[in-house]
Parts: sequence; structure tokens; C-alpha cells
Amino acid sequence: MTANLHLWLIPALPLIGAASNGLMGRRSSRRAVSFIALVFCGGAFAWALYVASRFSSLTLPHAETLGPWIRVGGFSADFAFYLDPLSLIMLLVVTGVGFLIHIYSIGYMWEEGGYYRFFSYLNLFMFFMLTLVLADNYLLLFIGWEGVGLASYLLIGFWFTKDSAASAGKKAFIVNRIGDFGFLIGLFLLIKHFGSLNFDRVFPPVAQMKAETAGAGWVTAIGLLLMVGAAGKSAQLPLYVWLPDAMEGPTPVSALIHAATMVTAGVYMVARSHVIYERAPEALTLVAIVGVLTALFAATIGVAQTDIKKVLAYSTISQLGYMFLGCGVAAFSAGIFHLMTHAFFKGLLFLAAGSVIHALGGEQDMRRMGGLRHHIPWTFWTMTVATLAIAGIPPLAGFFSKDEILWRAYQASWIYWLIGVSTAFLTSFYMFRLLFLTFFGEYRGAVAAGPEHGRGHGLHDAPGHGGHGHIHESPTVMLLPLVILAILSLAGGWVGIPGSLGGGNRFDKFLAPVFDTTAIAQNREHAVPGEQVPPESEGPATETGRGTELMFTGVSVAAAALGLLLAWLLYLRNPELPQKIADALGGFYGAVLNKYYVDELYAVLFVKPLVDGSARILWQAMDQGVIDRTINDGADGARHLSDNVRHMQSGNLRSYAGWVAAGAAVVIAYMVWTGLR
Amino acid sequence: MNIETLSPFVLSLITFVPAGGALLLVLFPRRDRDIRLFALVVSLLAFILSLHLPAHLVRSQPGFQFEVNSQWITSPNIHYHMGVDGFSLWLVLLTTFLTPLCVLISWRIHDRVKEFFVLLLVLETALIGVFTALDLFLFYFFWEATLIPMALLIGIFGHERRVYAAVKFFLFTMIASVFMLAAILWLYAKVGSFDFVTIQNAIRTGQVSNFAAASLWLFLGFFAAFAVKVPLFPLHTWLPDAHVEAPTAGSVLLAGVLLKMGTYGMLRFNLGLFPEQSRRNAPWIMALALMGIIYGALVAMVQPNLKKLIAYSSISHLGFVVLGIFSFTGAGWDGAMFVMLAHGISTGALFMLAGILHERRHTYAIREFGGLATPMPIYAALFLFMVLSSVGLPLLNGFVGEFLVLSGTFRAHPVYGILGATGVIWSACYLLWMYQRVFFGKVTQEANSTLEDLNLFERAALWPTIVMALLMGVAPLLWLGVIDPAVRNALEPLARVASKMVGQ
Repeated sequence: MTANLHLWLIPALPLIGAASNGLMGRRSSRRAVSFIALVFCGGAFAWALYVASRFSSLTLPHAETLGPWIRVGGFSADFAFYLDPLSLIMLLVVTGVGFLIHIYSIGYMWEEGGYYRFFSYLNLFMFFMLTLVLADNYLLLFIGWEGVGLASYLLIGFWFTKDSAASAGKKAFIVNRIGDFGFLIGLFLLIKHFGSLNFDRVFPPVAQMKAETAGAGWVTAIGLLLMVGAAGKSAQLPLYVWLPDAMEGPTPVSALIHAATMVTAGVYMVARSHVIYERAPEALTLVAIVGVLTALFAATIGVAQTDIKKVLAYSTISQLGYMFLGCGVAAFSAGIFHLMTHAFFKGLLFLAAGSVIHALGGEQDMRRMGGLRHHIPWTFWTMTVATLAIAGIPPLAGFFSKDEILWRAYQASWIYWLIGVSTAFLTSFYMFRLLFLTFFGEYRGAVAAGPEHGRGHGLHDAPGHGGHGHIHESPTVMLLPLVILAILSLAGGWVGIPGSLGGGNRFDKFLAPVFDTTAIAQNREHAVPGEQVPPESEGPATETGRGTELMFTGVSVAAAALGLLLAWLLYLRNPELPQKIADALGGFYGAVLNKYYVDELYAVLFVKPLVDGSARILWQAMDQGVIDRTINDGADGARHLSDNVRHMQSGNLRSYAGWVAAGAAVVIAYMVWTGLR
Repeated sequence: MNIETLSPFVLSLITFVPAGGALLLVLFPRRDRDIRLFALVVSLLAFILSLHLPAHLVRSQPGFQFEVNSQWITSPNIHYHMGVDGFSLWLVLLTTFLTPLCVLISWRIHDRVKEFFVLLLVLETALIGVFTALDLFLFYFFWEATLIPMALLIGIFGHERRVYAAVKFFLFTMIASVFMLAAILWLYAKVGSFDFVTIQNAIRTGQVSNFAAASLWLFLGFFAAFAVKVPLFPLHTWLPDAHVEAPTAGSVLLAGVLLKMGTYGMLRFNLGLFPEQSRRNAPWIMALALMGIIYGALVAMVQPNLKKLIAYSSISHLGFVVLGIFSFTGAGWDGAMFVMLAHGISTGALFMLAGILHERRHTYAIREFGGLATPMPIYAALFLFMVLSSVGLPLLNGFVGEFLVLSGTFRAHPVYGILGATGVIWSACYLLWMYQRVFFGKVTQEANSTLEDLNLFERAALWPTIVMALLMGVAPLLWLGVIDPAVRNALEPLARVASKMVGQ
């Protein structure tokens, strides 16, 4: 008999917070709203910590059922929760980072209208996200999946009077729905073959299949379809287009939803479905290819962006690509490792960017920043830590997770590795470009001169916009989360130091029972953590293997250093050089600056034909022109024939009905007569 | 037999309490306020009575319950036979649930108040009768009886082109019903009874002479009437006109209940009486249903008129119902029933919301609005809730039905399931785009900046739908627990038909 940990409390607490703020927040003070939001979000975090403390005493995977949801015929999907090392890590990341961002938001949103609405949505997001990571079946996961999409829609469009924000929210929802369409079909296939969507009823039979027999069959189809869903949620090619626009939302939202947690749901889902992917090598290969291409593609766009949040948005897409690459080469724990460290450093980057924007009264254009390191030192130093982490400089968090992915990618194919390392170089370059443009050199903006600044950011301004016109450091309530996340970005990777560097890669070992599929195929009770740690999960243990691994580590560090150097050369040493290079590149630079015109392409290919076609062909030509006219003409013909009603407008219903009845009588008489014959 | 003493009469009571109320309404109250209150009390009474049905239904017992069956007319042999099962029960409750809300939302009608509420209550009786009647003559009586009050509601209380819309609605459905009447009369001529159960048994046991030759025409006769009512593409063009012109309460009952008469009829009569023909004809019917899903959604997307948009979205949603029914799967039928109920709630609410706007601005043109979330925050929030329910967000009512329909359809015909599933994309497109244009952005028109938010009656009409939408999404088993046994029970003989057809 396993203990009942009341896992349902973890999602339920933020739901209570969302409901009470949503229903009563309009009449409450800001203090009360913040208190409720923090208590319920913090409660979820505290309960997650409690669960973690009891974790070692559990029989894994640990399942708890709250109640039934849908049960028809033999099919059932319940409100049931599933706890294993993977969901525990997600749980801690989501509640922990989520809680920090809640704290930060109090400072950031304090002077905004709709304060209660913001925290209600933020709590609602936590509810859905925690449902997603705790679900014990795909349908409950889908509740969370769609629900975080809703929260994202609401928060992107938080400043709904701004047309661009409203459009961005809608775009995010619709593009995600395209992914969900694939996801749903994948679920239907699962139901068709297993009659169930429960993890413990789907995975064991799949695990017992042989990969060879499954190739290109329906298991592959399921893998591909789930991947479509994941590509939508995690902003991968070709469905990434919503994420850059999502930066219209308040910056804490970008940090929480569009960097640290929600966008990683696709990675989580792929990792959760690893049993399926391991039996569907083609699908897994596609995951890797999509991931590595997205990583490179988005990084190249990030190089040319001038909006500080847009750089970070493309960076997020790129880093998610790394996670997919990790999963795609069957290094699921490496993918999840990067998910975790990315949550720390990218969450931090966004929060720090928010602090910069706040300091400048809403300015987001890096061309109007510069020299800020003396004005906002806390922001500067924390952001530097995050930049070093994402660039992959040892011994910060990003280094270990990225290095593990690259090493495992190399073992699959050197092309993955090459693209991955090139992306690492670009990542380092655009991140230090961001750092240098923002914090070094001369200040190029005008905030100190006059408070009324910002291009249409009237609503977008962080607190204190009109109050003090000078550049100022953020309040403690915002700096505290920055500092904590900086510590995590610094040291968070030490849980996964690989064997080649003298560590034990405890992270990998912790997740081993999840990703060791033979354990799932066997009786569940045997899958106790620590009992079966496959030695090969740490890579080749031989001395030569270790040497190679170290060499590759050296190359990726060198790539990062090169990126730093180039950024230094271009943006500190010779600040006029970038413009010359841009001019020299001409059209190509324009294409990159304009994100390769993908949005425009989609508009021409899909959106416009669909809207115009629906309006002109389906509605006006078909519906009104053909169908309705045929019917009205028929009616007119009948009218002339009967010569009964001359003025339809007179509304002589009775005479019409009379004729109908008479006609009907004839038809009936005929049919009855033939019937009786 | 431990059914309470009320049970034998309860169906008749539920059905005729509104009509009786209408009669009293004609005779007694004079002041408008009394008329409204009286109508509200009567419709609430019908609702409370109808709660008896789910409370006392024996779920383990298949077939009809709360039956009454007595001779009405001896020649021709017509019975007053009524009863409900897992299919019709919730449709009765949907009707009794929506009618009080219709009364509330019509509180501000000032012209011909008495006529309005009389028609509304008569319509309720007719609608309930359609779902409870088990004698084909009785069924046809109620079926046609719905036409008159509805056509009058549109024709008298509607907007500018109300007469055109009323006549179109009347003619479309009337003409189609004639084919059903012919089929009913054919069956009577052969079986000597209008009784549904008797006819069903006669057909099953092969006692109907010449049935094999006639069954296709009989099937089509019933189907024509139902397909126009649903409405199935391409017979749908009466619907947008009727909705745009209808008063709010008329639209709520039209979309909420009247359309379900068609899908209910398919389930009860087409599949109940002609399972073999239903199977044979399923491919093209499902194709039309798919057309409806996609076509309805795309045309909805480009409507400049808010109410027309919702009307076309109904065509799309009802396509899911037809798809599920003709998938011949348990999940498909469960889902079809659930979509009927969910659509009744959400679209009913959406029409109420549209009507609220019309009352304030006297237009449905989307371009007349914009930025309404600022002056009307509560209205905007409730509207968004219903949009999300209609989009099929999990944990709200729209999701469960669509999911079941699509999974059932996919199981039987993967390609149809995949095409149907594109609906999840289209619905998000047309609803969110509409929502953005009406509610987001800055207020662009002076008249919109001072719009009044929801008043007490409007809130009273809307909140029940919100609660119901949430409850149906979170605890769908409350409904499916009744529907599913009926579905399994009805599927069993069909499975035999299928094996027989394979054996041929």
C-alpha cells in the first residue's frame, strides 16, 4: 500500500487562487490580490517540495486517482495523477520558477490596470501546467495542454486594447491548434490500437514490440502525430511563428510561459512518450532533424533582431531545438536536463530584460540602450550570469546540459553535432551582442532626458513609468527572483556533471528508471530507482571514449568563446562595423532582419487564400449564388406556376401553407396508393 | 416496481404544463409584468418537473421509461404513447432548461408581450412532445406543431426581413416534412399501427411486406425531413436567414433545441427503423456532414454579421452530430448526443449574448463594434467563456462530445475522422477572430464607449449556462451515465445487422 500524497492539491491550489482572484479580485486591493496569488502558487510549490521529500519512500511510478472524468464503453480517462522522476523534475521546475516569477510580477505589474486579471490568469496557467505534467493519461495531459494555450492566449493579449497584442494572442492559439490537430489524431490512433490513453496501459504493450517490426507502421504514425503537437506547443519549425509575436505579453509572462515552462511542454511530452519513439526510429529521427534545424534557423534570426525580447524569443526557439535534438537522439534525460537549466537561465534572461525595460520606462529597442551597467548593477550582473550560462561557458548550468546534448548528438550523427556547435557559436554571439548593446558602451536612449518615452509602449510600460524619469534599478521584490535564478543558472548544472569531467551525472541516474524501457516492460514494481542504472547511459566508459568526449567539450567551449570574441569585436571594439557588414550583405541581411519573411509567406500561402476563398467562393458564390438562388428560384417558379401569392412581402403564410399542404396531399396520396398496392 | 406514483403522469405533465400555462396566459393576466412573471413561473415549473426524469430513471433498464400508452383515436389506430430513454431524456431537459432563460432574456420585450410568451410556451410544449412521443402520428403532430409558433415568433417579433425569413423557414421544413409524412403513412398502411415500438418490432421480425424494396425510400423520406432540420449541407440556407431575423429567444430555441429535432430523428427513426439503409447510405451522409463541418466553419469565418456567424457555426457543430451518428460506433453516438446538449447550451448562450448587444446597438454588424471589453468587462468575460466552450476547450462542455465523435469516427473511417478533426482549427479561427474584432482594440465608435454592462435579468439568464457548460465539461459522466447504456443497448441490434450485411 503506497502513501496517498494528495497530488491533486498541487494543481488545485493555483486553481483556487485563479478562481478567487478572477471572481473577487475586481473589488479587492492589490495587496489582497498579490497575497492570494502568492499563497496559492507558493502552496503548490511547498506541496511539490513535500512530495519530493517523500519521493524516495515511494514505489514508482506512483499513481493517484481523484475521480472519473470520461467513461464510455470500455474507454476511460480519469482525473488521475502520475508521479515518477520525470514528473517530479517538471513539478519542481514549474512550481519553483513559477513561484519566483509570481513574486517578480508583483513589482513589475504593480501599477498596471487589470492587476487582478493578470494574477488570476497566471494562477490559471499554473493549474493547467501542473495538470499537464502530473497527468497519468494523454487526455488529462491534453486538458493541461489546451489549458496552458488558453492561459497563453489570455496573457499575450493582456493589453487587449493594443491590436498587435490581441492579434498575437489569437495567432498563438490558432497555430497551437494546428499542432493540436495532429496531437488529437495521434490520440485517436492510440485509442484505436490500445483502447486507452493511460500511460500504464499504452506503454507496456508498446515496449514489448520490436522496433524493426514497428518501423513505418502505426507506431511511427503516432510518433509523428504527437510530434506535430509538440512542434506547435514548443514552437518548432514550421509552427514556431507564434512565439516571437507572443512577446506582446507582459515580460513576466514571456519568462514563465514562453521561456521556462509552457513551451517546454512539447519536449516533456516527447520525453514522456519515449517508449513510443524508441519503437519508431523514423519518427525519432524527425524529432532530431526538426530540432537541430530549428536551433540553427532561429539562432540566425536572433543575430539580427534589435528588440531585446525578440532576441530572447528566437533564442528560446533555438534552445528548444536543442532539447528536441536531445530527445531525437534518444538522449531524453539530456533533453530534460537542458529543459531544466534553460528554465533557470532563460527565465532569468527574460526577467532581467524586464528589469531593463522597467528601468527605461518601456524601451525595448537595444539601439536605444547601452551603458546601463552602472545604472542597474544588479540587473547587469544577474544577466551576465545568465548570458554566460546560455552561451555554454563552464562551469555554468547551460554548459553541462548543452554539452551532453551535443555529445550524444555526435554519437548519432556528426552532422547534428556540427549544426549544434555552429548554433552554439551563434548563441554565444547574439547573447553577448545583447549584453554589450544593452550594458556597455555609451547610453543611446533618451529616458533620463524626458519621462515620456517609448514607441507606442504607453500601456507597455513597467511600473514607475511616469513617476521618475531617470534610469533606476528595480525594487527588491523584482531583484530577489533575479538573484535566486542567477544562483541556479550558475550552479544548477552541477547535478549533471558527466563522467568525463569527473562527475557522477546524478541527473541522468535519477531519470534512468524512467527512460530505461525494459523496466517498464517488466513488472512495474521492479522499477525502483537506483536498482537498475544502465552503465551505458553515461556514454562510453573507456579511456579513449573519454578523451574524445573531452575533445568535443573543448570544441563547444571554443565555439562559445569565439562567439563572445566576435561580439566583442563587433559591438565594443568597432561599433560601426556591424552596420558596414549589414550593408555589405544587403538583401541577405534584410531577409534575416525580417525573419526570412516567413510570416509574410504564410499570409500569402494560407491565411489570405483561406479568408478570400471562404468569402468569395464558398459564401458569396456557392452559398448565396448557387444554393440559395437555386432554392429561391425554385420557390419563385412554383409561385408563378401556382400564381397564388403575388406579394411575398405581405407575409401571407396561410395561403402558402395551403398550397404546400395541397401539394403534400397529392404526394402522400400517390405514395400511400403505391404502398398499398 | 418502485417507481413513484408521479412517474406515469410525469411526461404528460412536463409536456403540457407550458401549453396549459399558455392557455391561462391568454385568459388571465393583462399587465405585461404579470405576463412575464407568469411565463417564468410556468417554464420553471416545467423544468422542476422534468428533473424528476433523471432522478428516477432506472439506468440499468434499457428501453423506454415513464411510459404512457393509451388509445387516442381508434380509427385510424392512433395511440397516445409517450416515453423517454437515454437518447430523449436529456433533450427534454435541454428544452425545459433553456425556456426559462428565454423568458428572462426576453424581459424587455414591450410589444405584444402576451402573444410572445404564449407562443414561447406553446413552442416549448411542441418541442418536448417531439422528444417524448412514441407514436409516429403523435410525433408528426408535435413535429409540425413546432413550426407554427416558431414561424410566428420570427415573422412577428423578428427584425427587418422577418417575413421573408419566416416564410423561408416554414416552407423549407414543411416541404421536407411531407416526405416523412408519406413514409409514416406507408408504414401505417403496412403495419396497421403508428406505434414506434410496434413498427420497429414488425420490421425487425420481417413482418412488413415489400419492405426490402421500399426501405430506401422510407429511409430517405424520414431523412429528408431531418436533414433540412439539422440542417445538413446543402439544405442549410434557411438557417442563417431565420436566425438573423429571429428574436433572441427564438434563436435560442431554434439553435438550442429545434435543430436537434433533426439529429434526434435520425438517431431514433432512421437508425431505429432502417438500420440497414442507414449503414448503406452512411458514406454520403458522412461526407455531407464533413462538408457541413468545414464549409460551415469557413463561411462562418467571413460573416460580417455576428448572428450569421453563430448560425453558420451551428451548421458546423451539427455536422459533428451527424458524423457521430453515422459512424455507427458507441463513442460516436455518445459524442453525438453530448454535442447536441453542449451545443444547445453554448450556442443558446451565444445567441443570448448576441441579442444583448443588439438590444443596445440595434445591429449585429461586427464592424460596428470593437473594444467592447473596456465598457462591458463582465459581458466580455462571459462571452469569452462561451466562445471557449464552443471552441471545444477541455473541461468545458464542447470538448467531450467532439472528442468522442471524432474518436468514434476515426475508429470506423480514419479519413473522415481526420477531416472532421480539422474542425478544431476552424472553430478557433472564426470564433477568436470574431471575438477580437468585437471586444479587443480601442473603442472606435462613440456609441460603444458608454454601453451598459449586463443587467440583472441578463445575468440571471446567462449564469446558468455558464455553470452548466462547466459542469458538463468537468463531470460529463452525469450525462454520459444515462446516454451510454442507451447507446450500447441500441448498438447491439445494429451490430447484428452489420454481421448480416457482411454475410450477404
